[in-house]
Amino acid sequence: MNMNFWLIQTFNGISYGALLFLVGSGLSLIFGVMRIVNLSHGSYFLLGGYVALTVIWTTGSWLLALPVAALSIALIGLVMERLFLRPLGFDPLRQVLLTVGFAFLFQQAALDIWTGNNFDINPPDALTKSIVVGGLYLPLYRIFMIATAAAIGIALWLIMEKTRMGAAVRATVDDAQMARGVGIDTSRISMLIFSLGALLAALGGVIGGAFLGIYPGLDFEMLPIAFAVVIIGGMGSLGGAAIGALLVGLADNFGKALFPEISYFTLYAPMALILAVKPTGLFGRE
Amino acid sequence: MTSQQIKILAVVAALAAIAVVVPNTNSFVILLATRALAFAILVMSVDLLLGYTGLPSLGQAAYLGVGAYLTAILATRYQFGLGYDFWLVVVLGILLAAALAAVFGLLAIRATGVYFLMITLALGQCVWGLAYRWNSLTGGDNGINLRERPTFGIDLANEVTYFFLVLGFFTLSLILMYTLVRSPFGRSLAGIRERELRMKILGYNTWLHKYVAFVIAGGFGGLSGVLWAHTAGIVSPVNVELGFSVDALLMAVLGGSGTLVGGVIGAFIVFGLREYLSTLVPWWQYVLGAVYVLTILYLPTGLMGIPERIRQRRALQGPKQAPKKPASAPA
Repeated sequence: MNMNFWLIQTFNGISYGALLFLVGSGLSLIFGVMRIVNLSHGSYFLLGGYVALTVIWTTGSWLLALPVAALSIALIGLVMERLFLRPLGFDPLRQVLLTVGFAFLFQQAALDIWTGNNFDINPPDALTKSIVVGGLYLPLYRIFMIATAAAIGIALWLIMEKTRMGAAVRATVDDAQMARGVGIDTSRISMLIFSLGALLAALGGVIGGAFLGIYPGLDFEMLPIAFAVVIIGGMGSLGGAAIGALLVGLADNFGKALFPEISYFTLYAPMALILAVKPTGLFGRE
Repeated sequence: MTSQQIKILAVVAALAAIAVVVPNTNSFVILLATRALAFAILVMSVDLLLGYTGLPSLGQAAYLGVGAYLTAILATRYQFGLGYDFWLVVVLGILLAAALAAVFGLLAIRATGVYFLMITLALGQCVWGLAYRWNSLTGGDNGINLRERPTFGIDLANEVTYFFLVLGFFTLSLILMYTLVRSPFGRSLAGIRERELRMKILGYNTWLHKYVAFVIAGGFGGLSGVLWAHTAGIVSPVNVELGFSVDALLMAVLGGSGTLVGGVIGAFIVFGLREYLSTLVPWWQYVLGAVYVLTILYLPTGLMGIPERIRQRRALQGPKQAPKKPASAPA
């Protein structure tokens, strides 16, 4: 194992982490604002990929697929939150169970519409090349993933930290009751954050579909990994989600490369330990 | 007769009906009922945590998985547990799963509510990760095929005999868990579910109560796993994945948490829909999803809560009755 091995694995880990950030940040914000574990988050990821496939098949445009998939899944999230989750009020357990019910419905719908075949989302040719940096071949697509996640992360951070809206979201994360007390419309915040989370997950599905593929069952494969991100990073914190995504991305890559037999164990065991010691995650707010 | 006695009688009658009707049907139904009963033990263990202790576990499949993998590995590698030593495997499966729960409980019990849900999810995923990747022990993605069922005087390869064995274990589990939740220990658990702080102030060691309940639930999960392994004939990572734990939790809620037998009804409905309806129509999963969604939206107390709701409605509509009782909040 030479230097190149470590560099390439680190690069792969970081780019996988970038993808995980897209899925995890939304999940983290949803948990922070609504205190629910959204078990249909993996479905948004998968559906995003499927919708993108349909757009690519009909129009041939990958660039168009990104916004169409993201927005249509955001709309599904919005409807779900308004019509089903909101009427349950503040009963986290029932809301969690409801999201599983939806995950099953989405699973069947996806199977009906897009069949059970494996598909790949082919990115535009410009992104399929590799560039050589210091003797290492780095796929351009993975660099694109890192750049996209970084751009989205910075945009989200600016919104959260610099706008009035962001301040209201942070207030809701810290103490929803108090936030309502000072006149913040937490119901609207929930709606926005839930659709934002769905949008980010769908975006992840489109981008990740290029190297993970899009196939039935991917939804429940992504879900626990997204949870690892959220839990390690801390629920309701964007910075935490970014660090959690990086850690999980690296742990997953090195785990699979170095100790394949226990690779998932090396991912989930730290997650359980962190939860046991600090239930709000490493960077979560108390 | 008190209403409690009527309920017990109804359960006994239902079990007797199952014991009489199922063996006289075709092998498809017998297998279906055997599966549902084996899985129902796991669902009841979930209910012990969710309904009686207030701990929503999303990693209960781990204990079924440990019992099932133990059975499969012993049977295929060492030819152990295929004769009278089957009973030893049952005991080992229960002990191993309880031991795992004893370790996991140390990490999980501190957490409550949604955090408990997530930590049990993480712990369950640890077990899944090992099952999926530890090829040399678990056979990885392919799992392990059990080629034969135990024979000791009676031949469990006979599906009716095996059905009665599972029914027996199920009935025993039901009786044990029913006794447990009616015992002073079970009453303290319900107290913790309602208001943990008050129980602490009254001097109860609430951590220990929850821990013991968690370990007991794990043990029943192990029993369910041993039976499941021989029912299904294959043990694979599917049996420990998140979806399996979710199933157990949803069945408990569907039937009505805090009732034990509700979970069994949930198990029968879900297995029925999944295995029978799927042979009839391709869109069976919509029905399953819709059943879950509608139950959670409109029947927070589950199917077992329906009679109570009807009674309440009648009481509300009934003329010149005692002052309206406020609807009890869902636990």
